[in-house]
Amino acid sequence: MKILTGNDLPTGDVIWWAGDGWSRQIAEAVDVGDMGDDLARREEAARHVVGAYVIDATPTDDGPRPAHIKDRIRALGPTVRPDLTLKPADPEAGQWVI
Amino acid sequence: MYRYDQYDQSIVEARVAEFRDQTARRLSGALTEDQFKPLRLTNGLYLQLHAYMLRVAIPYGTLSGRQMRMLAHIARKYDRDYGHFTTRQNIQYNWIKLEDAPDILAELATVEMHAIQTSGNCIRNISSDQYAGVSADEVADPRPWAELLRQWSSFHPEFSYLPRKFKIAVIASPEDRAAMRLHDIGIELVQRDGVVGARVFAGGGMGRTPMVAPEIRDFVPESDLISYVEAALRVYNRYGRRDNKYKARIKILVHELGADEYRRQVEEEFAAMKQLGLDPPTAELDRIRGYFADPAYESGLPDSVDRSDPAFALWIDQNVKAHKQPGYAIVNISLKPAGGIPGDASSAQIDLVADLAERYSMDELRVTHAQNLVLPYVRKADLFAIWQALDDVGLAEANLDLISDIIACPGLDYCSLANARSITVAQKIANRFADPARQRDLGELKLKISGCINACGHHHAGHIGILGVDRKGVENYQLSLGGSGAEDASLGAITGPGFDENGIVDAVEKVTDIYVRERTAGERFLDTYRRIGMKPFKEALYG
Repeated sequence: MKILTGNDLPTGDVIWWAGDGWSRQIAEAVDVGDMGDDLARREEAARHVVGAYVIDATPTDDGPRPAHIKDRIRALGPTVRPDLTLKPADPEAGQWVI
Repeated sequence: MYRYDQYDQSIVEARVAEFRDQTARRLSGALTEDQFKPLRLTNGLYLQLHAYMLRVAIPYGTLSGRQMRMLAHIARKYDRDYGHFTTRQNIQYNWIKLEDAPDILAELATVEMHAIQTSGNCIRNISSDQYAGVSADEVADPRPWAELLRQWSSFHPEFSYLPRKFKIAVIASPEDRAAMRLHDIGIELVQRDGVVGARVFAGGGMGRTPMVAPEIRDFVPESDLISYVEAALRVYNRYGRRDNKYKARIKILVHELGADEYRRQVEEEFAAMKQLGLDPPTAELDRIRGYFADPAYESGLPDSVDRSDPAFALWIDQNVKAHKQPGYAIVNISLKPAGGIPGDASSAQIDLVADLAERYSMDELRVTHAQNLVLPYVRKADLFAIWQALDDVGLAEANLDLISDIIACPGLDYCSLANARSITVAQKIANRFADPARQRDLGELKLKISGCINACGHHHAGHIGILGVDRKGVENYQLSLGGSGAEDASLGAITGPGFDENGIVDAVEKVTDIYVRERTAGERFLDTYRRIGMKPFKEALYG
């Protein structure tokens, strides 16, 4: 599947296209098919996102899992600071990255 | 310390106002990202892996307690309660909001700080020796020269759009503690017939094409320094490549022209420039020197230290260095606790170090290119109190220049350019060698890790260097041996095929085992490597 990501313009937070808007949770990301580039242009022009780009991901029961480790770290947070990730209470969360 | 005059202050405040307006226009849509990006980068604001990242300049790594306290305040108020000290003697914040950036810059300006020229193809923060002004082996204090260069290079209209970024280091000791010859221009102050001048090197650097800078002038008189450096920049600005960013640094130009031809062109430009009388009057350097005069040292202080506490004695032996003034010492604060993140400090730790600087170090501290901190003016009688205070906040690690004192870039955990994580490898190696006795037995061993070929972690200059690469989406680590950023500067050689994350830790252990087996009395790891060569290490690694 293809999913669309970028950063929220005013805060810089990592965000994912969730179908009807942006989410900070990759689990809510949806397959954008071949519409990713058009969506990215539209949303950047509307200042909803900055630096938007399309990535490959695999659908799983827990939601999309990016194909590349860099995007998995973007999605979760720094592996060396579990307290700053999206799942600070989950000691196993880092395994998702590897 | 240097203090801003009215011009410095007004320039910085004007820049804050300008950036506030630019940010508002970006948020309102009046500026596109393509238009805004070079403006934010000029103010040190990157868009990194997780958020905006702000890099704040710390000129030649020197700070007052008040400035340090501001860095803690920013970490606490605008970031996630910590900052990351870098190999450029700066600090980076990893979780900045664009909408907060103008306020942060305004707060920095109140303590004579900014983020100007911490990014972009301009002359970056001038770096220097963290022991400047307090080391017995220096011929002069390099800070006034670094400050003069800072003023000259700030907003220099001719050098705001260089082919690529440009880094200058100034040292004044035979012992190079600033990786001077791995800079675009390296300046070593030397003495000739009782007169101090500059020995100038050009074309050094790391990155994908590492080079040790050749000497291009053995002596530039103090009165000609700015003209000479300007001439060196002009030749680069004129002929440095702009068609390929990977060949745009001055090291490529110097290498392709050859040092002799580059030198000839610089001399020609220098001769023409001297006629113009552009150098600042000697009185200006003297005025700047006034800010760096020795503090009011106390005389008659005891030199002896009570070493009855073994942990304190260990810290003294490893982290405390000789001071030029009797009764005083230089304290190195390691930001490399076992298993920690190299260069990171919490706001509470930053505040504590600010307190210590104010109370015990004449209100001054330094940041080192090895991502540690220094209290430069400490009475030996105060060492125990400082050590206790540091120990209370986890900053009393006695590992300066040992294998766990690792330089590591932020790597893939934070950096959008990185190919592999650096910090995790640093943590695993530090944990593997956590035994203080084992570390001390290995002696001076500078291990440096970069998460990509840009080499922010200085891996080329590591006695042991590690470079993270992306091998079909999987992190892989190349090992190199024999690099040095010191006065015996050299570039490491790659051992062979890379390793996975656990394998690289084992590989480091194997090469240290070979060192222990082969060393002769007094030899550092680097000395042994240089004597016996790569072969025994390769055999141990690859069979």
